Amino acid sequence: MTVALSVTSLVKTFGRTRALDGLDLEVRTGEVHGFLGPNGSGKSTTIRILLGLLRADAGRARLLGGDPWRDAVTLHRRLAYVPGDVNLWPNLSGGEAIDLFGRLRGGLVPARRAELLERFALDPTMKCRAYSKGNRQKVALVAAFASDVEVFILDEPTSGLDPLMEAVFRDTVATAKDNGRTVLLSSHVLAEVEALADHVSIIRDGRTVESGTLAQLRHLTRTAISVQTDRPITGLERLAGVHNVNLSGTRASFDVDSAELDRALRHLVGFGVRGLTSTPPTLEELFLRHYGKENHGGKENHGTEPTEQLAERVR
Amino acid sequence: MSAFTGTATLVRLALRRDRLQLPIWLLALTGVQASTVPTVLGLYTDEAQRLTLATASAGSPVSLVFNGIVSGTSIGATVMTQSFLTVAVAVALMSTLCVVRHTRQNEETGRAEMIGSGVVGRHAGLTAALLVAVGANVVLALLIALVLIGNDLPVTGSLVAGAGLAAVGVAFAAMAAVTAQIARTARGANGMAAAAVGIAFLLRAVGDVTGSVTDSGIRNVSAWPSWLSPIGWGQQMRPYDENNWWVLGLLAVAFAALVWLAFTLTAHRDVGAGLLPERHGPPVAPRPLLSPLGLGWRLQRAALLGWSVAVVVLGGAYGGVGNEIEDLIGSSDRTAELFEQLGGGENLVDTYFATTLGILGLLCTGYTVQALLRMRAEETSGSLEPVLATAVSKPRWMLSHLTVAALGTTVLLLLAGLSTGLSYGLVAGGVSNSVIDLTGAALVQAPAALALAGFVAVVFGLVPRVAVPLSWTAFAVCLLLSQLGALLGLPEAVQNLSPFTHLPQVPVAEVTATPLIALLAVAVALTATGIALFRRRDLAP
Repeated sequence: MTVALSVTSLVKTFGRTRALDGLDLEVRTGEVHGFLGPNGSGKSTTIRILLGLLRADAGRARLLGGDPWRDAVTLHRRLAYVPGDVNLWPNLSGGEAIDLFGRLRGGLVPARRAELLERFALDPTMKCRAYSKGNRQKVALVAAFASDVEVFILDEPTSGLDPLMEAVFRDTVATAKDNGRTVLLSSHVLAEVEALADHVSIIRDGRTVESGTLAQLRHLTRTAISVQTDRPITGLERLAGVHNVNLSGTRASFDVDSAELDRALRHLVGFGVRGLTSTPPTLEELFLRHYGKENHGGKENHGTEPTEQLAERVR
Repeated sequence: MSAFTGTATLVRLALRRDRLQLPIWLLALTGVQASTVPTVLGLYTDEAQRLTLATASAGSPVSLVFNGIVSGTSIGATVMTQSFLTVAVAVALMSTLCVVRHTRQNEETGRAEMIGSGVVGRHAGLTAALLVAVGANVVLALLIALVLIGNDLPVTGSLVAGAGLAAVGVAFAAMAAVTAQIARTARGANGMAAAAVGIAFLLRAVGDVTGSVTDSGIRNVSAWPSWLSPIGWGQQMRPYDENNWWVLGLLAVAFAALVWLAFTLTAHRDVGAGLLPERHGPPVAPRPLLSPLGLGWRLQRAALLGWSVAVVVLGGAYGGVGNEIEDLIGSSDRTAELFEQLGGGENLVDTYFATTLGILGLLCTGYTVQALLRMRAEETSGSLEPVLATAVSKPRWMLSHLTVAALGTTVLLLLAGLSTGLSYGLVAGGVSNSVIDLTGAALVQAPAALALAGFVAVVFGLVPRVAVPLSWTAFAVCLLLSQLGALLGLPEAVQNLSPFTHLPQVPVAEVTATPLIALLAVAVALTATGIALFRRRDLAP
């Protein structure tokens, strides 16, 4: 598989703020890549550098084999961008804005345009000033997906869409993926990323903290187990990788690091397991674990000490 | 909870938002009014000169349109003829902008919705806006009366003058309260209110011109159209002359009627909705729009149209008065002297046109600066980002805006020359000659305007965050140097900073190619530098 876009040790500062602090990101051709991070973590800055709108202070960014800053115009013919906050010209109609973006990018497919307008239920005759936030986003989405391009860069594209339109969006991205397109999807909607993305990168404070397939990332985290046995359970809390044990005789619930799951289950079998439920970690938990660190100070407690709050969320 | 609950809080909010804006308006207006007294005293030193001026003004249709009626020869009445209309229009705009800012703008941005969800009555927003606008006008009335009294003008007349100006402001505040209910956007509401100011100005212009002259030619009696206009009413209070306090009654009735209408309209519509339906646009874009240049033109054309109308009206007026220039300026030795200093010619009419076309040229440059700063507005609003994320290069995008601004400026100058030449030709005879001469004289201004455009391009490329203030400061410096540089005897090095200083004084002087080519070269070099700088820098929203 070839790499559609990559970023290595990217640094960008604005005055005294270090927006990107050695960020790494790699998106392979044909994959949908989820790009997660709290507000202000540097997602939009990374995207702007990939679009050649900002110049990196240090590090390397490559897009479709070119330099995003130097080759901006030629590269932009091959990509479509949907900003998180879509600002349109108040006196243009939505249809005019769609055609304008399409033309400036090098043309769009009229049949796709009509189909997307229909599916997103967007009235192209309304003036842009009359559109709601969600409708402005639809204008940008229709303009992007009606274009015949290789890469879609989407910066929180669904923050104003209702659940119905969100489903249309997921469908549209899935179709693009089936057609071999590459999608970089920055989002706060974790269910959306979970549903669409093959790979996920989580960034915080301008640095990549996790990156991998969803399966790989899940492996780094814990599974919640609740179990009922024939005989009272003992010695569970002494096992390595077991946390938040809640024990009452023959019932127990606890979290276990994915790497220690096997050992924990072997231990339980000794008491005669009668019932067991296990809840795999969600992306939300992954995300919150990195998010939550801010509240708990330590930067290096990689996956060893989930907060009570997180444990609650997982149940 | 009554419909007015929360009004006091909203008044405080409005005052807080306007804590700079309104004081600047009030001080500027008071300052302008205060400066007119010494100017009149300096230019028309005795009764005889004021008599000549009054007779000439009362008989000149152009003066009647732009300065309004004459009410005798006292110093106060002369000051009022010279300044009342200008100040009144500014006061009217201050009031309409203020009311729209605190009503429709709040609704358009969604702030009104958040405010309305609190413990706030349905009429509180509009009431607060009107209270602030009326309050500002009352303060203005007092300030203006004080500075006029301070300049040794009679007390009663000064109070009438302040009250008359403020009454115009109050009437248009109520007018804006109505337009803010009709239009959906703040822009639309401001536009409609400004159009109402324009109509009021025109109505009284028609009434003043078609009226009669009495008192051996030093007093105008306006015809009925003047009495249909709030600006006309303010004038008809005739400060320092008849001091007609009763006219305030008319303004009070108009205010009450408009406010009643505005409240009735508020009660019958939803928050955020207007009375005018939102117009729809085409579902697909017309071909000419589909390029950076097409987009630039689409974004700029409305502004250019507005400027064109203003320039044609001004040019027509300047040209129309050309024939009477000997009378108007001849009435004051000092003015004649001043003109000679400005233009440096012996032929008064040529000097006059060299000066007025210089002023028109500078005004058109105001358009140039405004049009170019649209680039910065696109950048800060966030609509530039998705455009540059398409296959449009930064230089191509910038060049499209530069092209629209440069062509627009040339068109405006052409219109300025044509309208001045045509109207002068019509009143003085010899249309073809005057059109050719004065159009040439207007177009000569273009290289200087383009040089300033180059400056704007450089600051946009180099220091985007301060591009707006820096550009307007440069424009203001050019304006000041061209108007005052020679009069104040500023050193040549300072005067040379303005590109306009280097222009030949056409039609007094012959057109010389060297300075024009030099200025064009400067314009091209600066523009190229600006584009290169923009290309190298990050977007700075």
